[in-house]
Amino acid sequence: MSTRVRLSLNVNGRRYAVQVPPMKRLLDVLREDCGLTGSKEGCGEGECGACSVLMNGASVCSCLVSAAQAEGVKIVTVEGLAKGKTLSRLQQSFIDHGAAQCGICTPGMLITSVELLERSRGRVPSDPEVREALAGNLCRCTGYQKIVDAVRAAAKPVVRRAAAKPAARRAAPRRAKPAVARRKAVAPRRKTAPRRKAAR
Amino acid sequence: MKSALSTLELLRPRTLDEALKHMITFERPTPLAGGTDLFVYLNAGTQPHGRYLDLSRLAELRQVLVAKSSITIGGGVTFREIREHAEIRRRFPSLAAAAAEVGAWQIQNRATIAGNIANASPAGDSLPVLLAHDATVHVRSVRRAREVAMADLYVGYRKLAIEPDELVTAVTLASPPRRSRGFFRKVGTRRAQSISKVVFAGVLAAKPGGEVTHVRLAFGSMAATPARAKGAEQALLGKRLTAGTVAAARAALEGDFTPIDDVRSEADYRRTVAGNVLEQFLRPLIS
Repeated sequence: MSTRVRLSLNVNGRRYAVQVPPMKRLLDVLREDCGLTGSKEGCGEGECGACSVLMNGASVCSCLVSAAQAEGVKIVTVEGLAKGKTLSRLQQSFIDHGAAQCGICTPGMLITSVELLERSRGRVPSDPEVREALAGNLCRCTGYQKIVDAVRAAAKPVVRRAAAKPAARRAAPRRAKPAVARRKAVAPRRKTAPRRKAAR
Repeated sequence: MKSALSTLELLRPRTLDEALKHMITFERPTPLAGGTDLFVYLNAGTQPHGRYLDLSRLAELRQVLVAKSSITIGGGVTFREIREHAEIRRRFPSLAAAAAEVGAWQIQNRATIAGNIANASPAGDSLPVLLAHDATVHVRSVRRAREVAMADLYVGYRKLAIEPDELVTAVTLASPPRRSRGFFRKVGTRRAQSISKVVFAGVLAAKPGGEVTHVRLAFGSMAATPARAKGAEQALLGKRLTAGTVAAARAALEGDFTPIDDVRSEADYRRTVAGNVLEQFLRPLIS
């Protein structure tokens, strides 16, 4: 007796036409029907925030939203944050600060941080403000401080690049390289992190 | 996906009238708004009902009406909207404070005030605030529109004094008397994202340096329903606030509730913390 409905979802600026049971969770629609597996399922009860996506700019747990309720709403998942191969400042900042370890919480952390930065409108949120905003995103690896630092750094005005005009033009393509290099540097640390098993 | 969810039906009315008509059908649907409580049960497989009614699109439920001596908040207004609303922050700061402590951002962005009311958890964060502000709950069915005093709404554990075909559409909070002081405190296992062990809202007005003229003390997680501490209120009303009357109120509070041991806390802890938060509210008001 499974009744399916046709829904047109706007995810990361793209239209996805799906045919799903109306009470299917947005999280499952994103992962299974849209092929966007960046959003994770941690707890399935709105505690951990690993499934966070933006609905019209507001971070929500996609495991608590029905597919039908997501129609007519602008949805942004972690896949929508980078522009092509260029990571957003926030994503880059997470890498630069070592704010990602096992990575399960990272998509949700990024998504809720996007809402925070949007709400802060260029002001650098204080440490407690970041912690309050991210209270619904649990991380078992980092101890949070690096995440808080990464979010705050991403909110700071860009000084380096604005300083020299001609260099700024070259800065964009060059940015990708150190990003890759740094990501590699993070990877082995991830494998050897002894705390990971204990945290599970 | 959670396989059980694939069999569920979802009705998606465009207007409140349409929604109310669904509530008198033979297979009565379960109302769904933000889903932050309901989907927890659905995901856990403990919510068997087959039909749901999506209220999240009803514009009628999303208004905040500001009047001179009250404020009426549509049932579909989210806690995010409540915590950010300028008039609510100014005139009902304890409601804004409670809204800011419901779950975390992800929950506040979806959860609605009518959901908190209708879900009827004894731990509902906003409910003591509504009690402390003599709130009136607006209820509608195809038959009639009526109002139920918040104080009469809960008749037992998760039992509401409303009919099965009625929907909670709004709630009105009365402005507290002038120069009154309000207070909200939620105590949980951690500061954010926790369910309360004790949640308290108070409103108190006194003549300058004189006796208490108005007092509301409401607690959650202390009984099967959120409730006012009538004994403690009586111990204060008409008296001057002194260390002595505060102690008397705390003593009277012991008789107001018989908290229980459960997964979240213990009766002893609850009793002690309830007394502590009451004093935390009252002590700074001693002139």
